[in-house]
Amino acid sequence: MQSNLNTSSIIALLKKEFLLEFRQKTSLASILLYVLSIVFISFLSFKSGIKPDVWGALFWLVLFFAGINAASKSFFTESKARSIYNYTLYHPTEFVISKIIYNIVLLWVVCLCSVLTFGWMISFPVQNVLLFVLTLLLGSAALGGSLTLMSCIASKTGNSYSVMSLLSMPVCIPVMLLSLRLTKNAIDGLDWLVSYKYLGGLFIIDVIIISLSLFLFRYLWKE
Amino acid sequence: MKHWWWKIAAIALVVYSIVMGLIGNVPRLDILNETIRNLYFHVPLWFAMLTQMGISWFFALRYLNGYHIKYDILSSRAAYVGGMFALPGIITGSVWATYTWGKPWVADDPKLQGVMASMLVYFVYYLLRALIPDAQTKARISAVYNIFAFIMTFVFIMIYPRLAPNSLHPGNGGNPAFGKYDMDNGMRMVFYPACMGWILMSVWLLNVLNRMKKLQYKLDNHEEIN
Repeated sequence: MQSNLNTSSIIALLKKEFLLEFRQKTSLASILLYVLSIVFISFLSFKSGIKPDVWGALFWLVLFFAGINAASKSFFTESKARSIYNYTLYHPTEFVISKIIYNIVLLWVVCLCSVLTFGWMISFPVQNVLLFVLTLLLGSAALGGSLTLMSCIASKTGNSYSVMSLLSMPVCIPVMLLSLRLTKNAIDGLDWLVSYKYLGGLFIIDVIIISLSLFLFRYLWKE
Repeated sequence: MKHWWWKIAAIALVVYSIVMGLIGNVPRLDILNETIRNLYFHVPLWFAMLTQMGISWFFALRYLNGYHIKYDILSSRAAYVGGMFALPGIITGSVWATYTWGKPWVADDPKLQGVMASMLVYFVYYLLRALIPDAQTKARISAVYNIFAFIMTFVFIMIYPRLAPNSLHPGNGGNPAFGKYDMDNGMRMVFYPACMGWILMSVWLLNVLNRMKKLQYKLDNHEEIN
């Protein structure tokens, strides 16, 4: 397959995604509502206060499931007719690049909202904020890349959401574990030297996930 | 003799490793004591599983390069055989852990986490295959998941233990290699044949299952596989 990637069509696809998102505000609103209600429930369940390491675990669990919610929409909403129209216009790699970028940006928005709701309702115990932000950026990029591919796989099975979360959970475990450890380091305010190798590991996983998604998507796309 | 010598070798090696594993001499070590014999059973089962997972991954790639159904059959059967070897592997490990670590499952060991993650991956793979009715779609989608998931678990098993070197496994300093086990030369004389024997056994099982599935496919679809 020759690679005649066209930047303008990637930008056109991205524009379409974001326009759709702004026009039908329900999808973004539903994710934010999901985050808000789950944070409120955790606030009610941990009345005596949340310890810092529990905070990290809770944060990533909320982010993971909100991410599944967000990314699952990226292929389930594509109708048969529109997919066929897309086949004629775009190269699969262009298509998947736009989906991955869109999902990563969406996850960053979800991250921001979760941080705000957590800080507002529960607490914000992070001492090394820069490390935490880096972890969020890298970790949600990895989640975005793998969830895009899993969403496409799940959309082929017919029954969508439960399969989507089942498919994503085992492949996201390494990302989750590394992010959790980095978050814990950020909360404890440990020295940067301790965290470099984990950041490196997370970055390597990012690169692996995104290049695998780019490589494998062309086999999923067409019927 | 040309075709089945390796099956004889598999039986001979496995029988030899079981007999010598139970009656052979082992070094006396603290805590491990006689449980060190588990090395002859637990570790080779994992090696056989990893071999099958590797075969499954390789043929998933071959399948995507040309869409020949025979590669999908081989790839999926290897995944099933891998699962069959993972179960006794995890049971022998748990029994061993009960007598050395005090608990069948401990929290903070990267190897256990990696094993659980890879078993989950392959259970989800079987589920995915069961959910898609059409043979070609099933083959394509599950091959993609197989390749993605195998690389993710490989990353997990190879990179994560090096980052978090707190494995409780014997002879471990964050390195999943087995050169540092507390083995003497007598143990190696049993351990390596045991690995060979169980890997050959798994290949034999794969061979049988693969032929069965091919016949099944021919009966169901009335077409030859080439």
